Amino acid sequence: MAINLREIALKEEKLVSGHRLCAGCGASIIVRMVLNAIDEPVVVANATGCLEVATTIFPFNAWNVPWIHSAFENAAATIAGVEAAYKALKRKGEIDREIRFISFAGDGGTYDIGLQALSGAIERGHRAVFICYNNEAYMNTGIQRSGATPRGAFTTTSPAGKAIPGKPQKRKNLTEMMVANGAKYVAQASPSHWRDLMEKVKKAVNTDGPAFLNIYSTCPRGWRTPDNSAISIARLAVETGVWPLYEVENGKYKINYKPPKGFKPVEEFLKVQGRFAHLLKPENAHILEEFKKDIEEEWKRLLSMEEATNK
Amino acid sequence: MKTQIKRIAIEGNEAAALAFKQVNPDVVAAYPITPSTEVVQKFSEYVANGEVDTEFVPVESEHSAMSACIGAAAAGARVMTATASQGLALMWEMLYIASALRLPIVMSVSNRALSAPINIHGDHSDAMGARDSGWIQIFSENVQEIYDNIFQAVKIAEHPDVRLPVMVGYDGFITSHSEEMIEILEDDVVRNFIGKYKPKYTLLDVDNPIAVGPLALTDSYFEFKVAQAYALENSLPIIKQVGKEYGDLTGRYYDVIERYRTEGAEYIIVAMSSTVGTAREVVDTLREKGLPVGLLKIRVFRPFPTEDIINALKDAKVIGILDRSMVPGSFGGPLYHEITSAFYHYEKRPIAQAYVYGLGGRDITTQHIEKVFEELIDIGKKGKPNPLTYIGVRE
Repeated sequence: MAINLREIALKEEKLVSGHRLCAGCGASIIVRMVLNAIDEPVVVANATGCLEVATTIFPFNAWNVPWIHSAFENAAATIAGVEAAYKALKRKGEIDREIRFISFAGDGGTYDIGLQALSGAIERGHRAVFICYNNEAYMNTGIQRSGATPRGAFTTTSPAGKAIPGKPQKRKNLTEMMVANGAKYVAQASPSHWRDLMEKVKKAVNTDGPAFLNIYSTCPRGWRTPDNSAISIARLAVETGVWPLYEVENGKYKINYKPPKGFKPVEEFLKVQGRFAHLLKPENAHILEEFKKDIEEEWKRLLSMEEATNK
Repeated sequence: MKTQIKRIAIEGNEAAALAFKQVNPDVVAAYPITPSTEVVQKFSEYVANGEVDTEFVPVESEHSAMSACIGAAAAGARVMTATASQGLALMWEMLYIASALRLPIVMSVSNRALSAPINIHGDHSDAMGARDSGWIQIFSENVQEIYDNIFQAVKIAEHPDVRLPVMVGYDGFITSHSEEMIEILEDDVVRNFIGKYKPKYTLLDVDNPIAVGPLALTDSYFEFKVAQAYALENSLPIIKQVGKEYGDLTGRYYDVIERYRTEGAEYIIVAMSSTVGTAREVVDTLREKGLPVGLLKIRVFRPFPTEDIINALKDAKVIGILDRSMVPGSFGGPLYHEITSAFYHYEKRPIAQAYVYGLGGRDITTQHIEKVFEELIDIGKKGKPNPLTYIGVRE
């Protein structure tokens, strides 16, 4: 299971140059890490979104693996169909290769419009890895709020106005929904912790059943951050407790990153992003407090789940 | 080569399921909906009893059913499903994608009304909602035709010059739940007829990766859509060819339309699905009385067999076009629109009268059809049609 950087460097890239994702986008980094972590051949389904539109503008194609896109809300159902075909054709002796199946969707195609298809695919037990590259808003349509948008964040449909300063609700806990949904392996990962991410991908593809990965994905356009800060901001998300790294395997929780000296102040994460600029103003201190409370509560819950499931 | 004839009594949905079973597809992804539920139910039994090798995917919605069918077909599998009504409407988005990706999915549709008000009974509103989705649409008059059409649909869909999805419609409850004696084929005869499916491209060919469903911008989208339209148009001769091959095998020949006593007919009713059976009887009765009446059945609605229809109707004096769906805000139903448009450039054309009937499963009786012929004769004398007529509705 160990990840060897030298070996990875020698592997053929599966998402190649020529795509048109923005400079500093987390998605392409994540996809390359995910695909490079897998030794077996893979087939990828992609929901409508930035990743899809920017990688396959006809007649160009940046994918070096078989790839399908059908619509926004159904990457999970589409890959379920591909996997069903694989099972049937394997049983009939038409194919003997070991193939792995992955669906990539943004948070819109996962937390919101894609939730039903995802839930159905996991409940039915399709052997596929469902990956959310989570940039916390609908970036492809111009930064609208999603169920993954954190409390207080500015988006174009949760603008920071005088009466309502950003998104009033906290982020939906989709990772936990996937645990409750019965996914065999569930994890949160971040490209800043690449070894952890790739190990999780390996575990996910080797799981004999549905696996779900929620991967934090920075968006310079939507987050109002510099192009060269994707990894450093993703790292700050982990180090401030905004994005805890953990995994749930057969019901057992394991927190993969516990800050030795406690979490960094969340302001360090917020102040480098335009989407949170208003939260640092004195008049919005109450929202900042709630934001901090959300983090604390989630961390406490994770610690207790880890303790309870490892007894 | 004629095969040994075996006759059984069977309901329409069961006949569809039996045909599915004999096809033994690689993948069936489906969600139950009245009045097509039995197809999925019966097929699940075949799966549970090991009578098919199919991977059955009992999805959580019709949208996911068609999505999974798309994924499976793109992976090179032979794929089938069944639906009706709201289910077909929920698939709408994916129907367009299935046809544009040129995936030969076969779907039986137990045609049913659309909400609101909610109604579970038969009409063609669901199929007509899907008429522009790029699917081949075949309609079945009775249980035998459901059974026969499904095998032909597989062969048409997978034909290398077609590679398009096909839906086989039949009237909800009227045909889906009525039991009829039908002739069935032996499994090996079916398998010989449909042959082994050889997909042109597949996602599972991991050594030769393909991208299915990329983004096409203004510089290429139009060409994709036109190519797709040509493919649909070009399926017409293949549909005819498959209908003839099926006839050579079974003695039951199928064409895209069926002319019933249209020779010398001055007054012709145009109809689809089960209503054709009712009208056929009326035509016989009136012909015995010496009236020059006839009937034209539209079996294939997409692609629209324009030339065949014009040839069948051009010598009539008045035609009555029966639509079992409505187009609110317009002056007739989809079938009426298609036929009258087709005739626009012909100097010699019949007077066309629009009828909408049978919505939400409302009965259409021989008396209704007789009344239609009476009206057509009257219109013939008058020389111009009446406004759109709703048959059997209380106003």
